[in-house]
Amino acid sequence: MADPIHQFEINKIATLGHIGGHEIAFTNSALFMAITVVGIWALLVGGSSRRALVPGRMQSIAELSYEFVANTIQSTAGKEGMKFFPFVFTLFMFILMANMIGIVPYTFTVTSHIIITAMLAIMVFLTVIVYGFYRNGLKFFRLFVPSGIPIYILPLIVFIEVLSFLSRPISHSVRLFANMLAGHITLKVLAGFITMMIGSLGIVGWLGAVLPLGMVVAITALEVLVAFLQAYVFAILTCIYLNDAIHPGH
Amino acid sequence: MADGTRNEGKNDNNRSAEEAALSARLQRLGERLDQKGTSRPVETGPSGPRTDPSALARGFRLSTELVAGVLVGAFIGWALDKWLGTSPWGMMVFLLLGFAAGVINVIRAAGVSPTGKPGSGR
Repeated sequence: MADPIHQFEINKIATLGHIGGHEIAFTNSALFMAITVVGIWALLVGGSSRRALVPGRMQSIAELSYEFVANTIQSTAGKEGMKFFPFVFTLFMFILMANMIGIVPYTFTVTSHIIITAMLAIMVFLTVIVYGFYRNGLKFFRLFVPSGIPIYILPLIVFIEVLSFLSRPISHSVRLFANMLAGHITLKVLAGFITMMIGSLGIVGWLGAVLPLGMVVAITALEVLVAFLQAYVFAILTCIYLNDAIHPGH
Repeated sequence: MADGTRNEGKNDNNRSAEEAALSARLQRLGERLDQKGTSRPVETGPSGPRTDPSALARGFRLSTELVAGVLVGAFIGWALDKWLGTSPWGMMVFLLLGFAAGVINVIRAAGVSPTGKPGSGR
């Protein structure tokens, strides 16, 4: 049976150079990140090149993705959140495209590695902290001090609020990574059942293999939904966290 | 989205009917998403960030919030013990604080708290 973890292996394609004795390699992960970026570029440039009054398919996709992210930001972070539209749109499109490419067989899922999702989440986390202090100064600390709490339990609440704040990048990154990883392993294991049954049970195996095949088809459809939802959840949480930076202690 | 102009332009659309149907579907979907996106903040206001249009998206959020809080609490406790040599007190205290933080995360993610965030309007 095929190894279900094998698909997540990082392979070196080319060596770009050495920095401090550490090899900088162009890996399959980097290749698929580049493919993701080129895919987004092709979609958006191709979609906006004709600028027709009646949008075609490509233009519809480009316009809808723009409006979807813009509405998400405005409904969670308000008009001021639109400052961060390029950031949120980039994150959303990158994760969505990487997840969608990952569903295609023989491709590599960039977002199934926690280093990628953790970097994205830390980027959001640091943006929130830096912009929060830049915009609000020390008033940003009001995020950790809820109003209307009796003074004798306030220190405890502040500790809990700080911990809750620190746990954000972890849940933000682990959610995306774990969902992609688990989905792809499930698909691989079920697909492995098909070849196992056909290989070992003959004609009975051919009939029995219909069951895992149906499961694979169904889970592939579910994975498409999860791929979209995870990109959406990542984007909306980014908006909610940015809202904290814009309006702390509201 | 210029809905009016798009509908007018559809009449002199000489492309295939399939394409027109697809763009009409996409437009309807966009309008539904528009409605969802704009109708939510009326209920909650911009200070209550709980605009999850689908329950599934919310469910995905819940799955990791609690675990993240506990993990961060445990890690901070472990690091403090290591640094100050207070084992096992740091771990015990911060694990419990982390658990409380995780529960707060879950409550906020689920949108049960009427304010979404503490301190807003209480």
